Amino acid sequence: MSDKPVNHARAAEHFIEDTPHLQFHDERLWDMRQKRDAQMHILPEWQELREEASRIKEHTLSRLPEYLEQFETNARKNGIHVHWARDGAEHNRIVGEILKAHNARNLIKSKSMVTEECDMRPYLAKQGVTVTETDLGERIQQLDDQLPSHIVVPAVHKLTADVAKIFAKDYHTDPEIRDPHLLAEAQRQAARPVILHADAGMTGGNFVVAETGTFVVCTNEGNADLSATVPNLHIATIGIERLVPRMADMGVFIRLLSRSALGSPITQYTTHFRGPQKGGEMHVVLVDNGRSARLGMEDFWTSLKCIRCGACMNTCPVYRRSGGLSYGAVYSGPIGAIIDPTFNERKYSTLPYASTLNGSCTNVCPVKINIHEQLYKWRRVLVQHHEMPFVKREIMHMAGKLMGQPRMYRAAIKATEVSLSTMPRFVLYNWLNPWGKHRENPHPVKQTFNDWYRKNRETAAKPAAAPETKK
Amino acid sequence: MKIGLFIPCYIDAFYPDAGIATLELLEKLGQDVEYPLDQTCCGQPMGNSGCNSDAAAAEALFVRNFARYDKIVMPSGSCTHHVRDNFDAIPQTDEVRHVRENTYELVEFLHDILKVDAFPWAEFNHTVGLHNSCGTLRALRTASMSELGEKPFSKPMDLLSKVKGIRFATPKRPDECCGFGGTFSVTEEAVSAKMGVDKVRDHHQAGAEYIVSADSSCIMHQQGCAERAGVPIRFIHIAQILNGASQ
Ligand code: SF4
Repeated sequence: MSDKPVNHARAAEHFIEDTPHLQFHDERLWDMRQKRDAQMHILPEWQELREEASRIKEHTLSRLPEYLEQFETNARKNGIHVHWARDGAEHNRIVGEILKAHNARNLIKSKSMVTEECDMRPYLAKQGVTVTETDLGERIQQLDDQLPSHIVVPAVHKLTADVAKIFAKDYHTDPEIRDPHLLAEAQRQAARPVILHADAGMTGGNFVVAETGTFVVCTNEGNADLSATVPNLHIATIGIERLVPRMADMGVFIRLLSRSALGSPITQYTTHFRGPQKGGEMHVVLVDNGRSARLGMEDFWTSLKCIRCGACMNTCPVYRRSGGLSYGAVYSGPIGAIIDPTFNERKYSTLPYASTLNGSCTNVCPVKINIHEQLYKWRRVLVQHHEMPFVKREIMHMAGKLMGQPRMYRAAIKATEVSLSTMPRFVLYNWLNPWGKHRENPHPVKQTFNDWYRKNRETAAKPAAAPETKK
Repeated sequence: MKIGLFIPCYIDAFYPDAGIATLELLEKLGQDVEYPLDQTCCGQPMGNSGCNSDAAAAEALFVRNFARYDKIVMPSGSCTHHVRDNFDAIPQTDEVRHVRENTYELVEFLHDILKVDAFPWAEFNHTVGLHNSCGTLRALRTASMSELGEKPFSKPMDLLSKVKGIRFATPKRPDECCGFGGTFSVTEEAVSAKMGVDKVRDHHQAGAEYIVSADSSCIMHQQGCAERAGVPIRFIHIAQILNGASQ
């Protein structure tokens, strides 16, 4: 994998040039945000629920090893095989071995971001296993060979026409279809035989309950239930942070998840998996892949509270206008921008800058992750680790020096009457070029406030508070 | 109560009228205000871009300039936010703490500290759309935010509604960020400008003749976007309306 920093700004510019896609994307996600608001207004206890969810998650994370072991013990009692994967490679190896032991060549799979994280599909392809995504959006992305652009709605950046084109290629349907229902039907027809003849099924897991040794999968298409129950072999890949201590905690999260995500009261299917079906086998692979390291990061560990609802993406004005693919990562949007750098600091060093720090994400987040504060902190860390473009670093360094010396600063501003050209050259050239690309520059003024004050209030003006040279 | 007036660099260089209005308004309200001449910047651009150690000189100067005042007032939400919440490039001495705890954005100072209940000199016969910068809205909490579903409140609106003749227009997405975001406006120029255009169009379609804001940086950005895109709308700082500007 290349370490080259993702150029979010350029990818975003590209996305913006395509007006129909941009408009659709922005409006569709904003609509989800508004539906979420409507649901919030129905529940007077919304803020209490958030508080409670946050508290449960922080408590769990602070005692994660204990709860993980408790889950393992109880899951085994339920007849579930539990595996531990330190990283993506280990996860893929484990899954590959389970499949091999069952001589399974056709795997059907419902959405799971963790497998994307592990880059599992290409690995299994090399082992001769065919993987078919059963979630509609995820399948579209698979056929188009793209990462999901949103954690809940993976193909949200595509118009119906795009999907029609992709399906025409693979399913030989009419490329001119514009009815989403017809397209969904085409997917159903194509997927059904694959599902019926699959050797193994794979799901993710939204929540893992330590007390009962069970896990919960939430979907709207029912595809996870098919993936899990039609074949006899069910493998669930789950990140270790998905734990909650007790079954009683589930109420809090189930109430928050779909309301925050799509603005619907609950997902169509909320399935508790308690053990293998008769004659079948159930495996849970618990994946670390950097999570325990993140747990040790003082400023960033609470990002592990995330329940992957996508609300922060829907509300994010930058995400809505740049599209998920512009983040060049498995996780996009505000949550992606704070966790991606934990996977690769250099490659994702630009993502914490893909935000205005407006704070909307933090305030919609159902588990109260201080997302925008973590973005701010990441910038400091990245600068300390030299993961910031040199020019920008230099500008800030020089600007910082100038701002500490009022006489030099004033001299720079006084250099000419027209304030636009008063900014020192380095600031001017680096700043106003991109500024003026899609915006007019601020208007020149005759005199600065400082000049006006000296002229009109001079007598009242007190001398400088203290000499500017060091004591 | 002795007030130190801080005029951020944007206002000093590009919007001096907003600075003058702030000073005159505080004087009209009987306040004892001084503007230390040797001020530059609060350090926000450096802090915001992650180059926090580069903010140290600006922050130290800020403290030298303002430590001797009871309250520090500035017509800028984002600078207030920086001083209050992120001003930590220098050691946190008593002086620094004093400055951080006593720095106010103009609207909150008028609303919470002076509790001004009338602006008899002010009349503004126009329809305005209020732009809450994210710094004032979500960081300083001068207004309610739609994300939380809380009971609506707005300190800038409270003040503006005391002005004779003024009418309000409400955009469809009242508290969406306008895309300025400090250095974001240049590092992510395309997204920033798109957000700005969307914002001014939203206000324009709601019927606003003016966009009024407590933040000149957002105004500078939105004005640039409106002029380039040809959206006929004007901009004004809240201090100017409260100080009695008629247009
Ligand atoms: S960070 Fe919060 S809002 Fe974003 S996906 Fe995770 S839980 Fe949802």
